[in-house]
Order: sequence, then structure tokens, then C-alpha cells
Amino acid sequence: MRPSVQEMIAQSRGKRNKKVIEKIIPIILFLIASVSVLTSIGIVLTLIFETITFFTRVPFFDFITGTTWLPFSNNEAQFGIWPLIIGTLKITVIAIIVAVPIGISAAIYLSEYASENVRRVIKPVLEVLAGVPTIVYGFFALTFVTPVLQAVFPEIKIFNAISPGIVVGIMIIPMIASLSEDAMSSVPKSIREGALAMGSTKFEVAWKITIPAALSGIVASIVLAISRAIGETMIVSLAAGSTPRFDGDFTGSIQTMTAYIVQVSKGDAGYGTTIYYSIYAVGFTLFLFTMAMNILASYVSKRFREEY
Amino acid sequence: MTTIITNKSASGTEADQTGKKAVYETKQLNLWYGSNHALKNIDLEIMENEVTAIIGPSGCGKSTFIKTLNRMVELVPSVKTSGEILYRGRNIFDNDYGVEELRTRVGMVFQKPNPFPKSIYDNVAYGPRIHGIKKKKILDEIVEKSLRGAAIWEEVKDRLNENAYSISGGQQQRICIARALAIEPDVILMDEPTSALDPISTLKVEELVQELKKDYSIIIVTHNMQQAARISDKTAFFLNGEVIEFDYTDTIFSNPSDKRTEDYISGRFG
Repeated sequence: MRPSVQEMIAQSRGKRNKKVIEKIIPIILFLIASVSVLTSIGIVLTLIFETITFFTRVPFFDFITGTTWLPFSNNEAQFGIWPLIIGTLKITVIAIIVAVPIGISAAIYLSEYASENVRRVIKPVLEVLAGVPTIVYGFFALTFVTPVLQAVFPEIKIFNAISPGIVVGIMIIPMIASLSEDAMSSVPKSIREGALAMGSTKFEVAWKITIPAALSGIVASIVLAISRAIGETMIVSLAAGSTPRFDGDFTGSIQTMTAYIVQVSKGDAGYGTTIYYSIYAVGFTLFLFTMAMNILASYVSKRFREEY
Repeated sequence: MTTIITNKSASGTEADQTGKKAVYETKQLNLWYGSNHALKNIDLEIMENEVTAIIGPSGCGKSTFIKTLNRMVELVPSVKTSGEILYRGRNIFDNDYGVEELRTRVGMVFQKPNPFPKSIYDNVAYGPRIHGIKKKKILDEIVEKSLRGAAIWEEVKDRLNENAYSISGGQQQRICIARALAIEPDVILMDEPTSALDPISTLKVEELVQELKKDYSIIIVTHNMQQAARISDKTAFFLNGEVIEFDYTDTIFSNPSDKRTEDYISGRFG
């Protein structure tokens, strides 16, 4: 006759010290997790210090109100951030116009209409689209989309805002479609059945029930996609040109904040020059934009959450 | 208040007559969810080798009470308790009382079957394994004994390596009971264990409870008054976080001393 299970448990408890392990593990995990937090803090601090140095040379007020960005002029360098912000916004607006309708439609189709088989094929394809390197998108914009646009609208120049805007939009479609689809699919089946049992059509269920219920996830996916578009670098460096301008023209060469940083980084601005510090100031501005979008995304997903 | 005092004396004399000991004694137990006072001055004495049923309308605190007995209720944030729960004479709220140790002695079966997404064998062997029992021979023996104890051995003996979700809900619930039995606990808490089951599975679980009380003390929350009447020795009637009446099940159902108990049992509310 073997001892009872409780006796065996009491025996093995004497041998091992679970309590110590249980105390140490959270500490180890905490230390490992802090690595990423500390890295973020380090990056932000570097940005802040270099930006402060920049503002000792260029007045803060000129930077945030100036409408001329002329950093490479020897005697009349001007650092007004607005032309770069306008460039970034042009790209972002076009990208949103392209990506939101397509992404949401794809999500509705996948979650409400597509059969299991169709979904099994389309979802991975969408995710492949998300995995294409941005440099590939960049020369796709420059060597394919721009010539096509030029064939239709001859006034469009070789570097312009429209073509990279469209391609950035294509790049963020999978993000919107995939995250929105996840949000819609996680609306419980029983809620849909409740609506169908009242005699609604599939579209009414999608429009009146599923989308409102999944709204927080959908809006959050859009906001995250916008943040991605603002920070996109390769496509705009290749296809948008390098002309900072403060106007509403989409057909000619522009420059975004990210493209400016690339331009300076790969050029030969020496360490310690005002141009060198200017990329930190631009980088910090960019950081504020994307951080604001991310905070907005998490606020939206909390604020608009429908409980189910 | 008066009813509670008589209850205590009633169960006290009973213990003297039969020589049974109390497994649980709660003393002035209070519990709050934030500012919501969910349990109010609960004084109960629960005897070993008996089935104690907890009945009452939804939201009366019966699930809260049973989850307090193994401190699972503390998983809810912002829970505060006061008073004492003595398990075998020791206050489970003492700082040096390890909650894992308590839960090793007090098993629990939940409202919805919640087997792990593992094989039937691994589900039942989970408890012994995490507590350091590794020998295959002993594990085999424990698994068989527990599955027999949960009256499901015959149904699953040829499919022990199949996923526990491949069987029916009623069978899953008995797997969960076997999982609880595998560490040979002292007490088994059951939180509406049949509310998600069909009548035949319910019947099987009820028969099982009768069988199990020979070796275990069982505390069962139920929505179903007939079930309480069929399977329990004692019944506690909860209302708005208070114990209105606690007595032998026969007495509660045939001759309740409180008007509210009578109203509830005869179906006038709840």
C-alpha cells in the first residue's frame, strides 16, 4: 500500500523550495523587462539633450513657427519646421484616403462574408503584403506608380507627393485590415445570431452590430496605421524628392521629416554643426507626432470599448 | 441574528452526538467588493464528511462565499475581508498560511467545465505532478483511481491520450472532478457544478457527490433547490450577503424557521 497522495505531496514539499523560486522569478523577469524600458528612456534622453543643444543655436520660436526650411544655405540658414510637417501630412493624408476604405472593406468582407476557405487564403496573403520591405515599396512607387500617374496626368513630376502617398497607403492596408478583422471576429457569434434572428441581413448585422461593437479596435488600427505612415521613411526618401515646401501642391517634389533625416544622415554634415543637431530636433518632433498617435490609439480603444 | 445563534447551537450539539469534527468555521466573516458589502457577518460551521448546500437567489453572495473558502475570491481586485475562516482550526487569512498549501488541501470544481487543453491523462495527473509526484507507476495508479472516483473511468479508459475537449460537457465536468480528486483533498468546493450540464449528466454528478461524501467534505453552491434537497445533509440559505438560515436540509425544506426561507423555497421569489 503506497502512502496517500497528500503524504507524498508533503514529502516532496520538504525537498523542494518553491517559495524561493516563486520569489526570484518575478525579480528576474522584471529585470529582463526593464531592458526595453531603459532602452526607450535612453533614446528619449539622447533626443532631448541633442534637441536642447540645437535650440541654443536656433531660437525655439523660429523653429516651431518658421515656414522656410533652408538648412544648407551657408549664410542664410533657416530652420522653420513647417515645410517638413506639411510634407509629412501630405503623404499621410493620401495614405489614409487610400488605406482606410480598402482596409475596412477587406476587414468586413473577411469577418462577415468570406467562407472559412477564402479567409484561409486571403489572410496570409494580406500578411505577406505587410512583410514586403519598405525599400521595395519605395522603388515600386518611383519606377511603376509615378510613370503610370504621369501617363494619366502629365503635370505630375518625377518626384511628387501622390505616388509615395498611394504606396504608403498600400503598405498600411494590411495593418488596418488585419487588426480590424481581428476586432470584428472577436465579437461573439451569439450577438450576431441575436441580430440575424430578428430578421436582419448580413450587411445590417455588420453595419449595425459588428462594426459598432468592434469600433474601438477598428479606430485603434487606423490610428496605429497613421502613426506608421507618419514615420515611414524609405518610400518617401526614394519617391517624394527633397524639396521642403510650404504650400498645397501635391504634384511636385516635397520633403518629409523622415526624408530630411535620411538626407542629412547619408550626407556629410560634420559632427557638431547646426545641421547635425537639426536632425535631432526634427526627430524629436516626429517622435512627438507618433507618440501622440499611439496615446490616441490606446485612449480610443479604451474610450469606445463596447462591453461584451 | 437570532437564527444564526440557534444555527450554531444546532450544529454544535450535532457534532457532539456523532463525533464529527468541523472542517470550516467562519467567524464574523465580512467581504467587500470595493464598496459593495457582499458578505455580512457570516457565522457558519461546516462538518466533515457531509454535503453542505448553499442556496439563494442570484447575487446573494453564495458563489462569493464558496470562493472565499479557498481564497480564490482574492483574484478579484479590490476585495477586502474581515473576520476569520478557520480551516481545521487554523485561520486561513493568517499571514503565514500559504494559499497554495490551502488549495492543495481544498479542491474546487467550477461552474463551467474548465479542463486544460491537454490529454485526459495529463489533466488528471496535473495536480500530483506539480506537487512533485513523478513516478509513472504511481501517476497511472492515481489517474485510474481518480477517474474511477469521478465515475468516468469506464467511459474514457481507452482514450486517456485524447484531448479533454474531445468529450462531452458532462464528461468534461467529471474530468474536472477527477482532476480535483487526484490530489486527495480534504474538502471539495463545487460552484454550481451542474448548471451547464444536461439532466443525465447532472444526475451522474449528483450520484457522484453522494458517493464522494464518504471520503470528502463537500460544499456545493446550487441554483436548484431540488438538487439541494436531494443531495445535501445541511443547507444554508443566503440572501443579500447574509445567512438567513442554516440547518439540516430536511428541516429547512419541511419546517423552515424563517419566513424568507419559506418564501424562497416555495418559489415565491428568486
